[in-house]
Amino acid sequence: MATVEIPADFEVAYKRPESLTKAYTHYCPGCTHGIAHRLIAEVLDELGVRERTIGIAPVGCAVLAYDYLNIDMAEAAHGRAPAMATGIKRVSPDKVVFTYQGDGDLAAIGTAEVVHAANRGEMITTVFINNAVYGMTGGQMAPTTLPGQVTTSSPTGRDVETAGFPIRMAELLGILPGAAYVTRQALFDVPGIRRAKKALKLAFQVQLEGLGFSMVELLSTCNVNWHMQPGEAMAWAKEHMVAYYPLGDTKMIDAVRVIQEGK
Amino acid sequence: MTQELLEGNRAIAEAAIRAGVEAFFGYPITPQTEILERLSKRLPEEGRVFLQAESELASINMVYGAACAGARVMTSSSSPGISLMQEGFSYIACSEVPAVVINVMRGGPGLGNIQPAQGDYFQAVKMAGHGDFHPIVLAPANVQEAIDCVVLAFDLAEKYRTIGMVVLDGAIGQMMEPAELPPMRPVRPPKARPDWALTGAKGRAPRTITSLYLGGENLERVNLRLQAKLQEIAANEVRWKEYSADGEQRIDDAELLLVAFGSVGRICQTVVREARAEGIKAGLLRPVTLWPFPSSRLAELAQQAHIILVAEMNAGQMVEDVRLAVGERCPIRFHGRMGGVIPLPDEILGVLKKVVDDTIGGGGA
Amino acid sequence: MMAKGLIVIDEDRCKGCGLCVAICPTHTLRMAEGRFNVKGYPPVEIADPEACTGCGACTIMCPDVVFTVYRRKRKTSEVARTFGSAETPEV
Repeated sequence: MATVEIPADFEVAYKRPESLTKAYTHYCPGCTHGIAHRLIAEVLDELGVRERTIGIAPVGCAVLAYDYLNIDMAEAAHGRAPAMATGIKRVSPDKVVFTYQGDGDLAAIGTAEVVHAANRGEMITTVFINNAVYGMTGGQMAPTTLPGQVTTSSPTGRDVETAGFPIRMAELLGILPGAAYVTRQALFDVPGIRRAKKALKLAFQVQLEGLGFSMVELLSTCNVNWHMQPGEAMAWAKEHMVAYYPLGDTKMIDAVRVIQEGK
Repeated sequence: MTQELLEGNRAIAEAAIRAGVEAFFGYPITPQTEILERLSKRLPEEGRVFLQAESELASINMVYGAACAGARVMTSSSSPGISLMQEGFSYIACSEVPAVVINVMRGGPGLGNIQPAQGDYFQAVKMAGHGDFHPIVLAPANVQEAIDCVVLAFDLAEKYRTIGMVVLDGAIGQMMEPAELPPMRPVRPPKARPDWALTGAKGRAPRTITSLYLGGENLERVNLRLQAKLQEIAANEVRWKEYSADGEQRIDDAELLLVAFGSVGRICQTVVREARAEGIKAGLLRPVTLWPFPSSRLAELAQQAHIILVAEMNAGQMVEDVRLAVGERCPIRFHGRMGGVIPLPDEILGVLKKVVDDTIGGGGA
Repeated sequence: MMAKGLIVIDEDRCKGCGLCVAICPTHTLRMAEGRFNVKGYPPVEIADPEACTGCGACTIMCPDVVFTVYRRKRKTSEVARTFGSAETPEV
């Protein structure tokens, strides 16, 4: 990269967050994992907690998240990240602990673990990447795949008669008393990404204040497994995913509202 | 130091406290639930962490997390629950973090029953999970030994950064007998966590604990390291006991060698005494570490033994390791009971005498 | 130079996804044609440097942290801060 001369009357408005490593990611072009990782990194920087954060990577495309986030990280078995996070947080309560999980990890094999972590009000934060398919394994149907959506294991489209309806995890977890803040946001456009970042920051603040379990579900794209161009995937998701998965908070206890309004 | 009347499971729980356990995650299952119940009371009293998890799956993953954070951590379960934990064992072993696991064995396979059994030998020693690894497996035969094995499990797990697994049949978990607890060790403070642990990347490069190593050569290197560690353990940590007529002593003169572990080993101590009283030169080798297995000593003893009788509460599991160690040196017979039925001394003595008649007496080896 | 913003592109990070070009409100960016970066992707390049307002929408959209954005300093001195906590920028 050629060095660019920055005029003296210009100042930095945006640069790479400290909490991201310099590694090039293996994610597909246009994949929203890159956006989600960056938002988390920005939040950790802004809250000044990078040096006491421990993250848990899932099994899924983000299995190598520990190469991209500049923090201590552990690799969990598929779906077990909230249990690992519970173990870590219970013996290290002063650390900031979060899990980063996809559709299979959180809504299929790991449903019990996240439900019980939320139910116990574990002081952890879960970031749930919902892109309606299993990405890493090549695009199979996920619990979040939309009715009629074609995937490699639902080649004629998801048939709700045999496969059931897609599962809305933000709503499911929102009813649990231990959950202090559960929200669903989307990464499909600039305003949405801005709101998603605010939600992530609030979720981590919920943990820092010891208010309970927090989760941010991030509607995401998987353009390669959806067989679309990146821009096309964003448009499709905006049109179809948001209709089934409403954006907004499914749980916000009063103490969280206080933090939100206090900013 | 005084002896108290202690129930096996509760003694195990207390031994863990004395050994400095910082966290326990577990789930109820008979016949080990008393460990969980005892710790649910004692750990909070000591200002440490207790959590009843939603399943054994969750338990072992909580253990994995706490182990990654560098805390001394334990779980306990029984056979079907241990099956659920096997995924976790594999991850923990590959990641090289220490953890202690207690298996109070019950009748199997399947849901089985809640009688004592030894049917998980293969599971513990041969296939504690997918991939090439072995936990260090300790097999106590009485309540005192169970206490000692728990403390040893913590020490070995930390020394070698691996799993220290204590396997005992349900009878030992449930019985009450006099035993002595070790003195209380102080709990390691969070600041003193090991230098490989996840403690937050403050003033240092971030650490990653994983069991994922993409690429063949990469993972082979890891496996070679794990294998080298296993060899070191095998060279240094084998433990067993030998018994003759008067109790624990070397048995270089044994012509009929009994091999048994756990409660059956204890029963065989009586069998040896009674056999000797009838003029049979019997001796007992009781492995205390099932992995590493006392193969060398067994091979040595097989040189002068005329016959070996292996007794287990299963369909024949440890007997295979006995065969591997002994080779052609000596014929081997097996006596097993399944379903949680306990073979009493008379039964084994009867089998022993028949074996002696059939072979030594009848022109055998 | 009249532009309010100045972006620096780390070409080797770019995967040619084109999301930045699609959302740039001032058409400052375009995808390169006929050339590729070290990864084999056609990277983003600056089409019209004078059009850039430093709004940072590209940095918000880019999954690969390709962009570093500079802005002309305002008269009331402001400390540089990352987007998200900023007010809605002028376009």
